[in-house]
This record gives sequence, structure tokens and C-alpha cells, in this order.
Amino acid sequence: MKTWVYIDHFKGQVQPGSWEALGLGKSLGAVSAIIFGSGVEAVVKAAFEYGADEVIAADDASLAEYRAEPYASSLSALASSLTPDLILLPTTSRTRELSAMCAVDLNSGVLTDVSAIEVSGETIAATRSIYEGKVLEKAVCSAKPALVTLRARAFPKPALTAGRAGTLTKAEAKADAQSSVEGYSATEAAVNIGDAAVVVSGGRGVSNNPSLGLDEKATAQKGFELLGELAAVLGGAVGASRAAVDAGYIPYSHQVGQTGKVVAPDLYIAAGISGAIQHLVGMRNAKLIVAINKDAEAPIFAAARYGVVGDLFVFVPALTAAMRKKLGK
Amino acid sequence: MKIIACIKQVPDSEAKVKAENGQVTYGDAPLVINPFDEYAVEGALQQKEASGGTVTALCVGPESAKEALKHALAMGADEAILVSDAALENVDSLGAARVLAAAILKIGDADMVMFGRQTLDNGAGVTAPQTARVLGWPMLGLAGQIKVEGGSVIVERVLEEGRQIVKANLPAALSVVQSIGEPRYPSFMGIRKAAKAAIPVWSLADLAMAAPAALVTRAATMNPPARETVCEFITGESPEAIAETLAEKILAEKVL
Repeated sequence: MKTWVYIDHFKGQVQPGSWEALGLGKSLGAVSAIIFGSGVEAVVKAAFEYGADEVIAADDASLAEYRAEPYASSLSALASSLTPDLILLPTTSRTRELSAMCAVDLNSGVLTDVSAIEVSGETIAATRSIYEGKVLEKAVCSAKPALVTLRARAFPKPALTAGRAGTLTKAEAKADAQSSVEGYSATEAAVNIGDAAVVVSGGRGVSNNPSLGLDEKATAQKGFELLGELAAVLGGAVGASRAAVDAGYIPYSHQVGQTGKVVAPDLYIAAGISGAIQHLVGMRNAKLIVAINKDAEAPIFAAARYGVVGDLFVFVPALTAAMRKKLGK
Repeated sequence: MKIIACIKQVPDSEAKVKAENGQVTYGDAPLVINPFDEYAVEGALQQKEASGGTVTALCVGPESAKEALKHALAMGADEAILVSDAALENVDSLGAARVLAAAILKIGDADMVMFGRQTLDNGAGVTAPQTARVLGWPMLGLAGQIKVEGGSVIVERVLEEGRQIVKANLPAALSVVQSIGEPRYPSFMGIRKAAKAAIPVWSLADLAMAAPAALVTRAATMNPPARETVCEFITGESPEAIAETLAEKILAEKVL
């Protein structure tokens, strides 16, 4: 099995799922890591340290900003000439596009958000969630190379061996950009709830505190500040239900659920979230779920291991203080 | 501006979907327009309102999918086209993209093609970039804001790292996210118009193409392992006491 792993990064910041993919690739044999970008020496070094036997890198100014078309053309050209059997990628907004386009170029199959993989002989079968996680399918790709994007945190991250080195092969960039990046609007902080080990989420309930004497949105902002403090102590990220996003309390990039991100952190704390099915499908694979809600009948408790019936404005700061003390922070 | 909104019909989100005898079943749950695709129709109608032109709703699916197309018509789409062929029953994403691309070219002269970000059933989110790739058009995915200027389109993409502004020449393919704005409800007039609309059905022969070979096939379906969670409610004298107990329980689970 000739396996490639595409290392996804944003301006040099590697998506941790890339290393998880490298770890899975190593379990199947020798692995070549594919790295595109401009000035990616540090990414190349890290790929060797996480276990890549070979790195194939296209380091070119034309690849400085990720755009789907030139990245797809570059990867497809490499795969056409070097014929890997399997290309593993982490699952991100970028790699969904990239793998989809390469599948067109290479006339092969793409399997996204895969949580388990079986290789028997030449056949690759991948397990993935369909129908919002209500059902699992085992999908088989009969063409090569199979393009498989892996669900974040579904596979273990390999250990890093400092100073480990391997063969570096330089590749050409295919500069066929069909669009240009004009910039970034700085209205949102970077957030990637999919990779976080801990997610602290808020829902409609974060705006429910009349005693503050603030309007709905200002109350919600105060509520999310409290959740942010708890998340910071736990080293996690802040998530939100669709209701909270739709009400304008917090940007869309924080949304957990059917129309947002599916997350599987080690610890998920839901505060002021009632637990609509659309939210539950987005977080029910978390290892430990804790729910905080004023309403003891809220459906979120049915998914939770531990529950606290109470006011999040009172309880969350108390939990933050208790965790801070116990974690020595 | 000629805008095409690609939609799919899926079981309603409330449907009890299960794996039974290796098949996916959802009982008699209603089939609806894929909720993400309502945003595509909404985005297309917004652009029509801004620049003038027409919106065509396009769907690949069985005869029943006409109902999803009627929803798009009731929202305000000018026309609808269904591509339906028995040979497409087990079509994979790449095959569907090739069929959509052929239909888009047959409709002709499109400036923009809009998709939802993913479907509720397969959920891969690859149909839009694959269709764009087959057409050779620029792909602007996860657009939260769209502005057409002359022959170009500028979109604000909602990504993990923030909002990225990207510009491309038309024609282009876009997928839209919910920042575009809540999909409008069908109007009474719209519903009446949709009920009377004749929806052309194109076969693969009408698109002058053979059935695409499925490179990805479903070998098995399983129900997810049941999670027997029983919620333990933590109680105590004060919020601080409850917090202390809960903190100990969380640490004892060794998830941190």
C-alpha cells in the first residue's frame, strides 16, 4: 500500500488532524507526506518528526495562499505520475474541496470525515457517519488513489521524535489560480472547535439573566464571557448551539451541530442548551458530556453523564474557580 | 444574471433514520428540500434581486424530488428542472457532479451556480467542488456574503480561521452557508405558482451521457453503538459545593 498523507496547514499552522493522518498512514507502511505552501521548512521538519519517511514538498510563492484549484492541480499532477494507492487527509474546509477536486482529476473516489478504515489487500473500506450521524456506512472505493479525509480526533496523534529526518523530494507547483484572495476580515477570532480536546458550549440560556439588567445580546455576551473563562482554564474552545448563533450571540464558526461542526472532544460542557436533536448529533460522540441547565427536563440531560440543574450565571463561575484550584492554574 | 441553484431532496431532519437489513430506512418520514440547499436558493434569489435575471432550480433525483423543486419555485425560483434516470439510483458523488455539470451546460449561459454546503443524507460536502471542477469553473466555497461587480464575484468565505475575501471571474460555482440569511418562506402566490408549474424531466439520454460508473459503493450500513448514558445529577448545599463535587467527578474520569 503506497500511502500519502496530505499535511493541511493555514499559513504554516498545521491542522493537528494532519499528524493523526500521518500516524494512521504509518500503521499501513511507509508514508510520504505531501506539503504545499510558501516557506514551509518548519512544516517539513515537523512532518519528519511526526514519522514521515519521505516529504514531497512544493514550496512556491504561488502557493502562499491556499486556493483549491492550484492545490488540487498540484496534488493531482503528483499523484498521476507517482501513483499512490491511498491519499489520507485530515477533514477541514480546505481538504473537503481539495480531495473532491482531485477525485475529479484522477477519476477516483473521495470519502470524507472517516472514523475508521480497513485495508484488506487492495481494497479500502472506510466507516463514516451519514444522515447526521444517525447511521454509519462502510463505503468502498474501487478506484485509485482513494482519497480519504479523516474525522478529527478519531485516530491517535503519533509521538514526535525531535531531530528525526527523512528524504525530501521537491515538487512543482501548478499555478492555475482561478480566484484571488483579497484579504481577511478581522471580525472573528480564529476558532477551531473540531480539534479542541475540551469544548464549552452555550445556547439560548446564556441570554437568560434578567438580574444583570442588560439587553438580550449584552447579557449573552456576558454569559459567553463566563463560558470562555471556563474554557480557558480547561484549555478548550467555546462552542454554541444554533439557537445562540441565530440569535447573533456568537459567530457561526462556533456552532456545534447539524448545520455547524460535528465535534468529538474528550470533555463537552453544555450550558444553557436544551439539546435539540440537531445539536445532539453534533456532540454526542464526546467522551464525557456535562450539562448545565435551569430546566431539569431539558433533553440535553439524556445525553449527559453529569448534570447540574441551575443558573449558569451562578454555577459556571463556581465551576471555573473549582477547576482552576484543582488544576493549579 | 442567470443563476442556477442545485438542490437535493432528503428525509426531514426529524426522521428516525435506521440501518435495517443493510439498508437505510426512515419509515414514512417526509422528504424535504435539503435544509442547506434552502440557503442556496435564498442566496440565488438575493443575487437576482440585486442584479436582475433568473433563478433556475436544478435537482438530480427520483420523480418524488419534484416536490423539493416546487419548494424552490414557491420561494421564488423562476423555473425548475429535474434530472431523473433509473440508471442513477446508486450514483456516487463524482457521478452526480458529472450529471449536474452536463445539466448546467444544457441549461446554458449560467453566470453562477449555487449549492448548499452539504446534504443531510451523505453530508460529504463534495458535490459543489466536484461540479465546479468538472465545469472548470472557479469554486468559491462556504460563502457567507456574495457581491457581483461587473464580470466578477466577491465572496466572504466563513472558514475555521476567520472570514476570507475571495474574488473570481464569472461564471463561478459557490456553496453558501447560513450567514447568507435565513431562507425566505414560500409566499401564498409562490405556492400557487409552484403547484401549477410544469417541471421538465431530463434523462441521461437528454444529457447525451452514459450512466457514470460508481467508484464509491456502500458495502454495509450499521446503527451507531448505543450509548447507555444515565445522567447523574450533582446536587449540593451551594453552587460552590456542587462545583467542587463536579470538578472531582470530571477529574476522576481522566478526560483532561
